[in-house]
Amino acid sequence: MSTPVIGVLALQGDVREHLIALAAADAVARPVRRPEELAEVDGLVVPGGESTTISKLAALFGLMEPLRERIAGGMPVYGTCAGLIMLADKILDPRSGQETFGGIDMIVRRNAFGRQNESFEAGVTVAGIDTPVEGVFIRAPWVESVGAQVEVLAEHDGHIVAVRQGRVLATSFHPELTGDHRIHELFVDMVRAER
Amino acid sequence: MSTTPSTTFQSPETGTARVKRGMAEQLKGGVIMDVVNAEQAKIAEDAGAVAVMALERVPADIRKDGGVARMSDPNMIEEIIGAVSIPVMAKSRIGHFVEAQVLQSLGVDYIDESEVLTPADEINHSDKWAFTTPFVCGATNLGEALRRIAEGAAMIRSKGEAGTGNVVEAVRHLRQIKNEIAKLRGFDNNELFAAAKELRAPYELVKEVAELGKLPVVLFSAGGVATPADAALMRQLGAEGVFVGSGIFKSGDPAKRAAAIVKATTFYDDPKVIADASRNLGEAMVGINCDTLPESERYANRGW
Repeated sequence: MSTPVIGVLALQGDVREHLIALAAADAVARPVRRPEELAEVDGLVVPGGESTTISKLAALFGLMEPLRERIAGGMPVYGTCAGLIMLADKILDPRSGQETFGGIDMIVRRNAFGRQNESFEAGVTVAGIDTPVEGVFIRAPWVESVGAQVEVLAEHDGHIVAVRQGRVLATSFHPELTGDHRIHELFVDMVRAER
Repeated sequence: MSTTPSTTFQSPETGTARVKRGMAEQLKGGVIMDVVNAEQAKIAEDAGAVAVMALERVPADIRKDGGVARMSDPNMIEEIIGAVSIPVMAKSRIGHFVEAQVLQSLGVDYIDESEVLTPADEINHSDKWAFTTPFVCGATNLGEALRRIAEGAAMIRSKGEAGTGNVVEAVRHLRQIKNEIAKLRGFDNNELFAAAKELRAPYELVKEVAELGKLPVVLFSAGGVATPADAALMRQLGAEGVFVGSGIFKSGDPAKRAAAIVKATTFYDDPKVIADASRNLGEAMVGINCDTLPESERYANRGW
């Protein structure tokens, strides 16, 4: 079986860390900034960053529709933090004009855990992973509510912080900032299963 | 595969180095804009800024007005925090750890211990490990960057020469840092001890940089960026993102210029995008030639 090619949406954010984590999880990883680059990947990571910036740049550079089409067509996608926001069908408190790619039937609350002074690290028990993963939460969002098709993978302090709906995976926290690549391995397996 | 024991995670921990440095990782590829009020902050956010720097006067005006430049009014910082959802940074004077305490209590997301303000201490910078709020500091060379990281800085930026609209000093600082890192890469272990002495930086940090081939924290450019091409230049020289101070709100059409600089920062290696972003932006800020600046007015010399 050939190695899956996974893109990291490289408009803004911690792209480099995801590229490294994906490579460590045995995928070929490459940055994606253009529709033609998107067409060449088997799966995509939407990194952490500023969701307002990523949303604006995606619209400006013609990625919004192609990405929605790929997600609707079954391409596996994984979003962390801002990426989780971008994969939500609905944002509770969007900036005016802030659009998402969608893909998960959920409502998210941005910066729900607070500002930077409230950013924290904690162990998170994720369904399907045997021991807790290192959760790095930075001005992190949480998932306010989910639809019937959405599987809740993890909670912290009573709030949903990891979800999956079909081929779309999202976490409030940043596994890419740790040396623990188990969630990236899970995602690479999802991509492999689709090929 | 790592299997960290769950006992490590008794209770959530705030203010860790990973959380502070990780915050800066989220800003990469983005533009951080100086703003002096809520209205400008909204313009910056709408243009795609990843964060704003709240300050009373942009550096160009600090230069013009002279006098002692200090931390901004808490009211003004809170207004800006209330106006936008992106992170808000604010400046303290070098060594003025009480201004930094105040900024932390206001809930700013990052503190810039900045040479643009008048230094409060001629010998010491603030102990940045003592804070939950992360710090960004300016540097003109690798040794200075590593001294700031040793003091707890979670992000480094070039100093440039703020408020001039002239990118020459930021280019000098970034090239200097990059060249010194490249030099370290070529050193063997014996040479790293002497290198640390020469850089006046802790050996452990010097060794880490030699191994990583980069700083252990995010490196941005600051000082003098006025055009989309300036921003792209800094990124091609190795900056992971760009601060823009006076360059936006001292120009003819701030909203348009801000959006153009954001585009050029993301597509820094695509001259066509930069060309499109550069069209019809109106007047850029006028700018000052750095070699006509008297020594006493050079901000980059502040801090050590």
